[in-house]
Amino acid sequence: MKRITTEYFAVFREQAGIMEERVDSHAGTVGELFVECAGRHGFADPRERCKVAVNDELVSWETPVHDGDRVLFFPPVAGG
Amino acid sequence: MHCRIDHEPLDTHALRHAMIDRRAGGFVVFEGWVRDYNEGREVVALHYEVHDRLAVKEGERVLTEALARYDILDAVCHHRSGDLALTDIAVWVGVTSRHRAAAFDACRYIIDEIKARLPIWKKEFYRDGDSGWVNCVGCAQGHAHAHHAHAPREGQSRG
Repeated sequence: MKRITTEYFAVFREQAGIMEERVDSHAGTVGELFVECAGRHGFADPRERCKVAVNDELVSWETPVHDGDRVLFFPPVAGG
Repeated sequence: MHCRIDHEPLDTHALRHAMIDRRAGGFVVFEGWVRDYNEGREVVALHYEVHDRLAVKEGERVLTEALARYDILDAVCHHRSGDLALTDIAVWVGVTSRHRAAAFDACRYIIDEIKARLPIWKKEFYRDGDSGWVNCVGCAQGHAHAHHAHAPREGQSRG
């Protein structure tokens, strides 16, 4: 079991009702962790349109997640 | 070359002045403005949420790519964060080059990549009091569909 900190932004923060939380998970990748968190908080956006960062670096969904990681989940972006 | 996230209105005169370069034969600027409608709904204000550190990092990656791909001299990007009113500048991209074609092409590349890649989110506030995050499932687009039935009636009452 890993203890991970997750952070939520924009619509994810509003849907989760929190900015961040501690999560105990068996997820192997950040993608698997996202599916767990999205299911729990009711995120509707498909993973392919979202982004993820680990410890302040944008990474792919296949990136392994480790104990103590800080994982940032970004809903679809809309700059400009 | 730099990318910045600004929490105050942009000073376009200062931004332009900082790019003056004797080697440059052309300067192309793109300004993204806050307009009064989106997806068929009347917009009255915007709020941008930005993850500043990662936005700057990814923005400078985009600028570095542009400098490598196009024959340009310099490229700069500024994006606003926070509350914006109609006609405010949301994003400013400036590119200098010896010859104009490369500056046009690079400017287009930079703004397209910035919109697609930077961790920036836009919340629209509508005339009818509703609001929604752009590009999110069940946000602005979902609300837009739900409100289509009301639009003609609201239009008539205003007329």
